[in-house]
Amino acid sequence: MSIAIRSHKTFEITWLENAIGFLASDRLTKTTGKLARNVLVPFTAILVFLLLWAAGAQQVQTSLGVLPGPAKVWEQTKALYDEHVAERDKAAAFYERMDKRVEKAIAAGKPAEKIERMKSRSYTGKETFIDQIFTSLWTVMTGFVIASLIAIPVGIVIGMSQTLYQAFNPIIQVFKPVSPLAWLPLVTMVVSAVYVSDDPWFSKSFLNSAITVTLCCLWPTIINTAVGVSGVSKDLINVSRVLKLSWFTKTLKIVLPSAIPMMFTGLRLSLGIGWMVLIAAEMLAQNPGLGKFVWDEFQNGSSNSLARIMVAVIAIGFIGFLLDRGMLALQRTVSWDKSAVLR
Amino acid sequence: MNSYLNIDHVGITFPTDNGPLNVLDNVNLKVEQGEFISLIGHSGCGKSTVLNIVAGLLQATEGGVLLENREVREPGPDRAVVFQNHSLLPWLSVYDNVRLAVDQVFKRTKSKAERDEWTRHNLELVHMSHALDRKPDEISGGMKQRVGIARALAMEPKVLLMDEPFGALDSLTRTHMQDSLMEIQAELNNTVIMITHDVDEAVLLSDRIIMMTNGPSASIGEILQVELERPRDRLSLAEDRDYNHYRAEVVRFLHERHVGKRPQTAAETATDAGAGQDETQGAQEKQGLRLAV
Repeated sequence: MSIAIRSHKTFEITWLENAIGFLASDRLTKTTGKLARNVLVPFTAILVFLLLWAAGAQQVQTSLGVLPGPAKVWEQTKALYDEHVAERDKAAAFYERMDKRVEKAIAAGKPAEKIERMKSRSYTGKETFIDQIFTSLWTVMTGFVIASLIAIPVGIVIGMSQTLYQAFNPIIQVFKPVSPLAWLPLVTMVVSAVYVSDDPWFSKSFLNSAITVTLCCLWPTIINTAVGVSGVSKDLINVSRVLKLSWFTKTLKIVLPSAIPMMFTGLRLSLGIGWMVLIAAEMLAQNPGLGKFVWDEFQNGSSNSLARIMVAVIAIGFIGFLLDRGMLALQRTVSWDKSAVLR
Repeated sequence: MNSYLNIDHVGITFPTDNGPLNVLDNVNLKVEQGEFISLIGHSGCGKSTVLNIVAGLLQATEGGVLLENREVREPGPDRAVVFQNHSLLPWLSVYDNVRLAVDQVFKRTKSKAERDEWTRHNLELVHMSHALDRKPDEISGGMKQRVGIARALAMEPKVLLMDEPFGALDSLTRTHMQDSLMEIQAELNNTVIMITHDVDEAVLLSDRIIMMTNGPSASIGEILQVELERPRDRLSLAEDRDYNHYRAEVVRFLHERHVGKRPQTAAETATDAGAGQDETQGAQEKQGLRLAV
């Protein structure tokens, strides 16, 4: 007997399910069958994908050589990591050298001014792949957090008032479909005009990227929060009227909790969009991050470039996936609706 | 002349796309303290509208409601409502759902310990003490309705309003709930107005049964005084002549209305539209937002 499979009847690709069922179960116990389906099946799929990739890539001849297969990409992954470690060592060595020179200068009685200048010198090696990953993550989180801090309150207010909703809706609808790359030149110009400081907290390129992410992250959260808030059950509102709850208590105890699932839908959409937007923005504006890494490699055009770009592609996808899982985990802990299907 | 609750010549007209719709006309009812009243009538005749006007959730366009000689203008915990679909907050536990109401009503008059005690007492009353920490999703429909009743009772309302409280329950659970309600009523002697579709329920529980005419412009058709001894027992009453007489009276009234209703199908649809109007509007608003996504 084959194990009952959830989608068996739902989607009616019986032959496929039966095949998997045959592979996974029959002679096996139930737990091993489950293990097989949860581990073996995705594993097989990945393996098939890698084989197809390896076979297919060889057929594509580019000006930078043959399209790299999985083996080459793996090799470059290791190379990138080694480069990172080497770069770190170089940096450490540099600071060690600097410390010694500073000590010597102090011993020689050089003026304090000069010593200060020596101390403030920092290592100017090139950013490694790993550095770029953290730059991108930091940028996307900053942009996303700013967007959420604006979008959630706006969404709540808009959701509560039909008039405000009507007032804001056209603006939201017009700005929502705007591509991040259209924002970018404007953001760049505004930032360089407005953000003038001798001792800046953030670099301008960081601000440009983060603000572009913010502008694209705002809309899904605003809209979904507004829908969640306005979708509060009328019965629950009646309960609050009978209880004569104050506006604040009503919002806190009734409106917000019931809007949380929708709010998280918006936040997850926003973060996904933000991550995609950031890579594009970094490529276009040459702002530090993964996008710049991809662009640099493309311009570099060495025999390893394509494999390195593929490493970046996979890393971008993997990080995007992890970010979404992270939001999901957050939703699971915050939301009351544990029964909701979280995918 | 000064009765406890006075529903005085109440009428209500809703504006609709097809012009104003008069749902209730000249509803006149006086209720004494401790009385158990049932409202019965065909779907869409405006029973819920009457209840909502007493609750203050809707404003009558003509006449008004007086509770202890004071006009009802807005909802309040002195007219607690038990909603048909329980309306518990799904993110709060059973205890917290009732505690929210207790905290709100007795903020100033009871200490924290007293409010805790009072919350537990009311849940005890509906036999829900074993599930204080469960969420509404984790308990059965009957249990949810018990919690809904506990929440309403905990407000110590002057009038308890119940909108088809057991309508969504299976018949076995419903019998249990009716028995529980009779017990509680015997103990607390609340003033209750309950909407029901169930003839047996109405006769078993009520002191008076208010039978409503069909809408639009629905009003009170007949009032049946149920003079059965309390405590009432459903098993012995099943054979009782008086009980069956009362039952037959209500069935006869409803049947006549049903036959009389046939020719006015158009009006009937209009009334249904009126009764569901608020919901439709809410749904439209929601849809408007959905479309915008």
